[in-house]
Formats: sequence, C-alpha cells, structure tokens
Amino acid sequence: MSVAPVRPLLSRVADSVYWIGRYMERAENVARFIDVNHNLMLDLPRGFGDQWQPIIDTTGDRALFMEHYGAATRENVLRFLAFDQRNYNSIRSCVWWARENARSVRETISSEMWEQINSLYLRITAEARKPVPDELPQFCHDVRMACHLFQGITHVTMTHNEAWHFIRLGTSLERADKTTRILDVKYFILLPSVSDVGTPYDDIQWAAVLKSVSGFEMYRKRYGRIAPERIVEFLLLDGEFPRAVRYCIGVADASLHAITGMRPGAFSCPSEQRLGRLRSELDYAQVQPILEAGLHEFFDALQLRMNQIDECVLEDFFAQKLAHRTGGHAF
Amino acid sequence: MDFSSYNTDGFYDEMFEAGAAPRPHARLLLETVEALDDGHLLRYKHAAERLLLQMGITFNVYGDLAGTERIFPFDLIPRIVPAHEWDHIERGLKQRVHALNAFIDDIYHDQKILRDGVIPAEVILSAASYRKQCQGLNPPRRVWCHITGTDLVRDRDGVYYVLEDNLRVPSGVSYVLENREVLKRIFPGVFAGLSVRPVTEYPSRLLEMLESIAPASAASPRVVLLTPGIHNSAYFEHSFLAQQMGVQLVEGRDLLVDGDVFMRTTKGLERVDVIYRRIDDDFLDPQAFRPDSLLGVAGLMEAYRAGRVALANAPGNGVADDKVIYAYVPEIIRYYEDADPILPNVPTYLCWRDGDRKYVLEHLDQLVVKAANESGGYGMLVGPHSTREQQAEFAAKIQANPRNFIAQPTLALSRVPTIVDDHFEGRHVDLRPYVLCGREIYVVPGGLTRVAMKKGSLVVNSSQGGGSKDTWVLSHGGPQA
Repeated sequence: MSVAPVRPLLSRVADSVYWIGRYMERAENVARFIDVNHNLMLDLPRGFGDQWQPIIDTTGDRALFMEHYGAATRENVLRFLAFDQRNYNSIRSCVWWARENARSVRETISSEMWEQINSLYLRITAEARKPVPDELPQFCHDVRMACHLFQGITHVTMTHNEAWHFIRLGTSLERADKTTRILDVKYFILLPSVSDVGTPYDDIQWAAVLKSVSGFEMYRKRYGRIAPERIVEFLLLDGEFPRAVRYCIGVADASLHAITGMRPGAFSCPSEQRLGRLRSELDYAQVQPILEAGLHEFFDALQLRMNQIDECVLEDFFAQKLAHRTGGHAF
Repeated sequence: MDFSSYNTDGFYDEMFEAGAAPRPHARLLLETVEALDDGHLLRYKHAAERLLLQMGITFNVYGDLAGTERIFPFDLIPRIVPAHEWDHIERGLKQRVHALNAFIDDIYHDQKILRDGVIPAEVILSAASYRKQCQGLNPPRRVWCHITGTDLVRDRDGVYYVLEDNLRVPSGVSYVLENREVLKRIFPGVFAGLSVRPVTEYPSRLLEMLESIAPASAASPRVVLLTPGIHNSAYFEHSFLAQQMGVQLVEGRDLLVDGDVFMRTTKGLERVDVIYRRIDDDFLDPQAFRPDSLLGVAGLMEAYRAGRVALANAPGNGVADDKVIYAYVPEIIRYYEDADPILPNVPTYLCWRDGDRKYVLEHLDQLVVKAANESGGYGMLVGPHSTREQQAEFAAKIQANPRNFIAQPTLALSRVPTIVDDHFEGRHVDLRPYVLCGREIYVVPGGLTRVAMKKGSLVVNSSQGGGSKDTWVLSHGGPQA
C-alpha cells in the first residue's frame, strides 16, 4: 500500500474551525463572567451588592449596552450577556456563530462535535424564550459543562490534524484573553471602602475570581493562602494550570508550530513570530514588576497583542491570495 | 394503533389489496405495528423527530437567528417494494438512463436523431435547458447522466410510470440513508424477518463512480463536492455526502482555475480532478453561463472542455429534462436501444401541437398542466383541485407560449398508510430511486418515497409540504418474495 498523502486544509475551512474554537470558548467564558459576578454580589454587604456595571465594562461592549438598555440592572445585564442577539458576544450569539461555522464544515469536524454544538444551540434558544432564568447558577453551569463536553468530544473524536490544531489555536487564544478579562472584573468591582483591601471582603472576592476559572482548588494546592499577588501569578504566569494565560499561549504556540511544521523556537510567518515572542516573554516574566507597573495596564497591552496575533493568523492562513503559493509555505 | 378502520378509498394501496386484506409482503410489518403498545408509535415518532432536529437534519428557513428551522416531515410507516417489482423497476431505469445518455451525447454531437426525423429539431433548440456551450464536448467515458433521480408513480392500476427523469442536480438521497438509520432503530425485528436490501452502499458507489471519470492524468484523483453554501436548502445533503464519501466540501470561492482547477488551502493551491457539483448549470461558471453568478468558478467550463477536470453531472444534460422532450423518451429508447421501453411514460399532451392544445384547453379541469422547464412542483396546475380563475390563468399562459406547457391526465397516485394524529390514513406517494452511471449503471435498492402529507393532495414536493418515508426493497428468497 502506498502512503496516503496528508490532506490539505481549505483556507475557508481553517478559518471556520478556528472560529468554532473561539466562539465556543467565548460562550463558556461569558457564562463564567456571569457566574463570578453573581457570586461576588452575594458576598458583599447591603448597598454594595448590586454591581452589574463592572462586568459590562470588562467585556468591552459598554457602548452597545448603554444604547439598548441604559441601566445596568441584574435583569438587563443578564439578558444582554446571555441572550441578546444584538450583542455579538452574548452566549446565544457565540453559540449561533459557532454553529453557523460548524454547519459549513460538518464534513471536517466529527458528527459528535456538530451534534454537541447543535444541542447547546437548541437549549439556549429554548431558554431565551423565557424571562431571565431563575436558576442562574444552574444555567451558567450547564453552558459551561456543555462547552467542556465539546472540548472533550473534540479531543477524542477528531483526528489531531491541521484542522484540529486550528480549533485549539482559536480556543487557546480566546481563553487567554478571557482569563485576563475575568481578572479585570475584580479590578472594577468596588469594595465598601479602600481600607477593605486585604480584609475578608477582599479575600472573598479573590476566591470568587479563582472559582470562576475553576482555579480555586488548584490554587490552594499550589500556594495555600489567598494572596492577591499569588493569585495573579497563578492565573497569569502558571505553566501548568490550563486556564492560566501563559499556559494557553504555550498551547497556542505549539499548535501553530504543528500547523506550519516549523521547529519550536523558530518562525515562518508573522503570526508565528508574534506568538512565539509573547510566549517567551511570559515564560520569563515575574509577577512583581507587572503589579508595580499596573495590572490593568498590563492586561490592556496583552489583549492588544493577542488581537494583533489574531489578525496575523487571518492574514497568514485564511486570506489566501491566489497563485504563487503552490509550493511550501512561503513567507 | 391498528388498521381496523383503515380504508383504501378505491386507490391503489401499497400495503392493502382492494378488499382490505394486507398484501403478503406487508403482513409482517403490519403485525409488528399492531402489536406495539398504544402510544408506542407516537413516542417513536417524537423520538425520531427529536433525533433529526438534534442531528441538524433540517431545512433552512431564512433569518436563522430566530431559531426557525424545520425538519423534513418523515413518516415512520415504510413503503415496501417486493423483489419482483423492483427487478422490473431496475431493468427499466437502466434501460432509460442508458438511452438518455446516448441521446444527450448525440444531441451535442451529430444529432442523428434529429436528422432521422424522430424528434423535431426545433423542440431541442427551443429547450431552455439546451446548452449550445456544450456542443462538441466529450465528457469522460461519454457519460452525461452520472446521478439520476427518476420520479416514478403508480396509477390506480398499480402500473409504475416514469413521471420525470431529474437528470440535472437531483437531491434527496441523504434522506434515503438517514430515514433508514432511524427505522433500523425502530423496527429491528422486521428488518431481519423481511430481509430488506441495504442502501448503505450508496456513498462508496458514488465515490467509485466519481473517481472513475477522473482525467487520465490524475494518478490518485481528488474528488470534491461543490455546494452553493450553507443557505442552500439541500446544504445538509451536500455536507452529509461529502462526509460519507470522505471528500472535501467546497464552495465556488474555494476554487480557482489556472489551466487546471485548484482549491485554496492553508498551504497553497491544490489540484482538483473531479467535481461533483450541486450547483445548476446557470451558476457554474460566470464566464460561460450567467455572468452575475457569485456561486460558481470563473473558467471552469474551459478547464472542463480541455479535459483537465471532470464534472458530474455533465453540464447540458438537462436538455433531456425538458418536459416536452420527456414526451419523446419512449421514441428515444426505441431509437437507441432498439427495444420497447420497460417503464412507460405518463401519457403527455404537448401544447405546441394544435390538436393537443385544443384538447388541453378544453379539459383543464381534469389535467395536470406543467411548465416545460420547471421542477419542484412550481409552475403547475392540478386541474381537479384548481379554481376557475387558476384555469383561466393557465389557459392564457398556454396560449401565449404553447411550447412551454405540457399536460398529463391526473393520476390517482398510489397510497401508503401514514400516521395522522393518532391513527392511520392513506396518503399519496411517489418513488424516486437513484441511478449512478460511470463504468456501469447501478440502481440503489431503495429510494426516496415522497408523501403528500395533506389529505387528498397529490403534490409530494418538499417545497410544497411533502414529507418522506423509508423505502424497503425486499430481496429474493426472503419471505413472500
């Protein structure tokens, strides 16, 4: 028998699977946002326990929200983040977009992956017809679990080929971005007074942030005591925790290298160069200088760089200019 | 649920004889259905519908965001075709497809059949689906009809007639495969007892056929399936077939022509050898056909003409789908096969003939009138179910453009018991078997049985509220063979 040649991947298909990865991860993280905010509110004293504005601020969709809703009540924010089709980043929109993309590449992904996205979509459209769910934590939990199931199904039912690496690339970049934004929620939430920094209120809030990224237990095992700089270090720079920014960037980098066939540490296109540079910076970073220079500012810069990487991926792989690229991967 | 109150109402019923006795080949199924607990069948029906929704086997309705998608209505009671009837159908279809291939090849080359006066030349040249761009083309193996979905109907006498040939871009075969999957889960025992012939071979047969038409230069041919995209109502089928065959599903924008045909990949351009296209001729290549087409591939026809890529089905083959030319198929079969047709046509009146037109205009309330170049149940008048106004409207259309209309007697299509609420009623059906033609001609033992779900309706098209049933072809040697 002759060796079957590696099947090439259509640029359009690569684009679609990359966005399936991104949108499913985004849907999961919006559910986490809602969840962390809900938990934070429960623990704050009366008069402080209704802050839904910060979560809108961190998602970057503030203008759109103000235009359609105005007041940041619990109802409004939940509807906007979970079900509003005008909000491209609502859970419903994300799953809809993931599904549209999946529909266009059903022959590339596994049937099980398609069915999982489709059933989540059907569940959410059914839920969206009701008023805001009473069982909010349950709803967020269900969305999260459905997304986890999708991750697992993707891992075990699809060949780990080039298309799979594009899904993983999209997923990892999205997750890294969202972890920085979840950390940012904490930055925006007001404490009863400035002197509450470092008090039980503060600790409770940090614990909630950890829980929202499923990191509470893993953090405890690693560091024990709740300490803000440790938590930042854990979620930003840990090399083993799967939602830590550094870990995600490492996975994205590995997938991009698997796609191009370049050896680790080298690059063949702008996206690979930028991603590799970010990876090595995070590999050798320390938390103290970051905190001193300002965490929020650091996140802003990080998000910007990840957006640039996303644009380069598009340019390098999806926007195929005709002809001239018949050979290997020219750069 | 039982059949005690079931009535055949004087129609040919696929399951019951005129005296309400079950036909021998239907007995085991009927017994199985009647033995089910009350409510069982309805639960199955709901489960099947949920399953189809879950698997996303849906029709597209525009404005998806509202969550409005529908499944193709599906009835659990299958239609059963005994082995001897199937033999007859299979022989008839092979003969017909063979003759139509020879006819199309002749039309685009020497036109012997026209010169011999069997068909008037103006009938061909005036057909909207005749493509002068295809004149002199030599498709691989001289095959023009790679995939055919012939529509058969039975009249009150139980005789199978060919209603339409559907040579262009026939759809529906995915439902044949999916319906079977669903029924296997619901009636496993009956399958074993009846020895129903499997249909699962279709995707590999299709792939084999497509590979067989690849240009000789392609050592290991790359086959792709070309779809108009996710908004096409048959998109599910396109992606399903690509998946089942393991070939790449492409859209027009994924391909480009530079001498050969290529697809754009993340690693550059990759050559394509065979295109199973699910796009109509008109939209295939803006340089050759409609210049405003955004779905096609510029230069594709040029590459095809040069033998650098194979297309299935062959562009131009729709000429034999014209409903006026359909009327000549019996003559076509006699001319090329030197034999009488095994499957008869439905008698057809051609409105461009003065005598026929006079008859049609006088009997509009009894006939079915069809536009020559329409399909999908559009542009059609069902006389007995029409109003005076509709008849007058068609009379005017016929007089304005007689070439464009044909008429046929209204057939009393055969019926199959169908679940209606909590009981069974007869509903009219047709049968669309699928025929593949490459090195040889192959007929899938099965087909899509389309059902007019509305009481009394004779229109089975999915675009007009039709549904489907699984079709069981029995093997020889099974019980009641």
